[in-house]
Amino acid sequence: MSATDASARPGLARPRRRPGVTAPGSSTVTPGQSASRRRRTRRHYLTVTSFMAPALLGIAIFLIFPLGVALNSSLHKFGILDAPGTWFGLGNYRYLFQDPFVRTAAWNTLWFVLVMVPAQILTGLGSAMLLSKFRRSSSFYRTVFYLPAMIPTVAGVLAFVYVLKPGVGPVDTLLGKFGIDGPLWFNSPSWSKPSLVLLSMWGIGNTMVIFLAALLDVPVSLYEAAAIDGANAWQRFRNVTLPTIAPVVLFISITGIIATLSFFTEAAVAAAAASGQATVGGGASGSFGYPQESTLTYPLYLYQAGFPQNLLGYANALAIVLFLVTLAVIAVLLRRSRAFTEGAS
Amino acid sequence: MTAVTAPSARTQVAGPTPTPVRRARRDGLLYFVARHSIGIAIAVCALAPVAFIVLTSFMSDQQSLTSNYWPTHWHFGNYLDVFRKLDMGRYLLNTLLYACLATGFMLVSSIPAAYALAKLRWRGRNVVFLVIICMMLLPPQITTVPLYLWWANFHLTGTLWPLILPNLLGDAFSIFLLRQFMVTIPDEYLDAARVDGAGEWGVLWRVVIPMARPGIAAAAMFMFFACWNDYYGPYLYTSENRSNWTLSFALASFHGLHNVEWNLIMAAAVITVAPILVLFFFAQKAFVQGVTLTGVKG
Repeated sequence: MSATDASARPGLARPRRRPGVTAPGSSTVTPGQSASRRRRTRRHYLTVTSFMAPALLGIAIFLIFPLGVALNSSLHKFGILDAPGTWFGLGNYRYLFQDPFVRTAAWNTLWFVLVMVPAQILTGLGSAMLLSKFRRSSSFYRTVFYLPAMIPTVAGVLAFVYVLKPGVGPVDTLLGKFGIDGPLWFNSPSWSKPSLVLLSMWGIGNTMVIFLAALLDVPVSLYEAAAIDGANAWQRFRNVTLPTIAPVVLFISITGIIATLSFFTEAAVAAAAASGQATVGGGASGSFGYPQESTLTYPLYLYQAGFPQNLLGYANALAIVLFLVTLAVIAVLLRRSRAFTEGAS
Repeated sequence: MTAVTAPSARTQVAGPTPTPVRRARRDGLLYFVARHSIGIAIAVCALAPVAFIVLTSFMSDQQSLTSNYWPTHWHFGNYLDVFRKLDMGRYLLNTLLYACLATGFMLVSSIPAAYALAKLRWRGRNVVFLVIICMMLLPPQITTVPLYLWWANFHLTGTLWPLILPNLLGDAFSIFLLRQFMVTIPDEYLDAARVDGAGEWGVLWRVVIPMARPGIAAAAMFMFFACWNDYYGPYLYTSENRSNWTLSFALASFHGLHNVEWNLIMAAAVITVAPILVLFFFAQKAFVQGVTLTGVKG
């Protein structure tokens, strides 16, 4: 009864039911009904189109079209003035694998994936676990811990460059009180990346909130059962908390990797501010990677190759490689995280 | 003997004396102190950089970048200087224009799309949804070169329009967030409206939008904050045209521009941060809900 009812009005969304359930209903209707249904279906699809048209156009113009253009022009050699350029075949790609800057940039990005993502997970999970232990003061701490995530990125980077200013910055002064000679932080090739990791740990709020929601969802009865069995705090964490929140950890790691693959603003602004150079116009990317290419991430190099160096075909080849890598990570995410596509926690 | 054994073994030995209760209370207190000292330590780390920005913004030029962190004289005039010397008023106006228009356009185009993805059934829906997820996650640098050249055709590079106009055609993250929110609305409400003869647009307008108000608020705020924070977009399109800079981009570009002092940069940073923090304190709940619903940083 309800099946025919629903099939008469295709606009009804019933996510709970399998699509297969409605299929048998369609074979039991008379031709007259089927004609009117076809009309209704057409009208339904017109409605859907009216809802989706802007977004579909957006996908076409801002995703499909530029990807196609990027793929095509990655096979050409051209700058901004000789637009279509000359056919270069796979030359850009061949050069890409020999370019020492690509190797540096890819290594830096990999470094961030290997160090920054785990650091973010540990800080996010750690502070969320601490928050879940507070009772009355919980909302105070939650607001304060979350606050850095609300600070606009550029302002946060400048604050960190200032706080970590070698010699005169508050952190170095504090370290000096303990007789430690502070490192050069953003001005040292070996400390610039760890400084950016510190910055990302500071703005961990969003990750923390997601972990907190997951931790509060762990059934209390499981902890009680574990406590009765005599499990200590570590065992409870290892055998109750961790298995329950494992999907969230996976989700955070994969989205963290994806975010790190486009790591741009922090590295660019920190390099510019620490080097003391202007970030304006054509000279903007002059400070990219400061000091000594240590913060030159892959997207930064892509930008540098494209605009200041005017190697647009080459930049598109770099973009296509980045696209393929990111797409592979997204595929893992979509495969592993059901919650992501089905939504609604 | 007992002194060497583990604490857990000792509690068993203690027996039915009042000791376990007192010990539990003492442990509770220790635990309380430990918890709060870690909490306060983290809170100090979280707030210290903000405090240093604010303190430095009141210093004289000579005092900034010395190891004396408390302003010897409070220079409130720095905030006026920022507007006079650095043209902050214009940047503020540009940022507001960018953020408000982008948010408005996004709402108009993304709410219907999110509704169609959450509550209507049509062939290809899942594919479109997956493409939107990809669009939201892919690094913006991938499509940068083709899109920059495309906008250059329309002579719109150097302005903020290449960042504002695409929102008329939906914003992937906002569609995703709104869709995740609308999925949680029970179908019964929608069906009731349909039985009363409402078309799908009527259902969206009269049922879904009022019920999804917290989700819409979260999406609007995420969008507003994203525009306010955006560095890459204004850098790409407006860096050669100073009259169209936004706050975030200007803030990052003050170095070496005309020998700008750190105290003024910090005052500019405070001006950039303050409106966002005020908004956040008023709408914290909707914002945090948006974060947990999507699991993606805005």
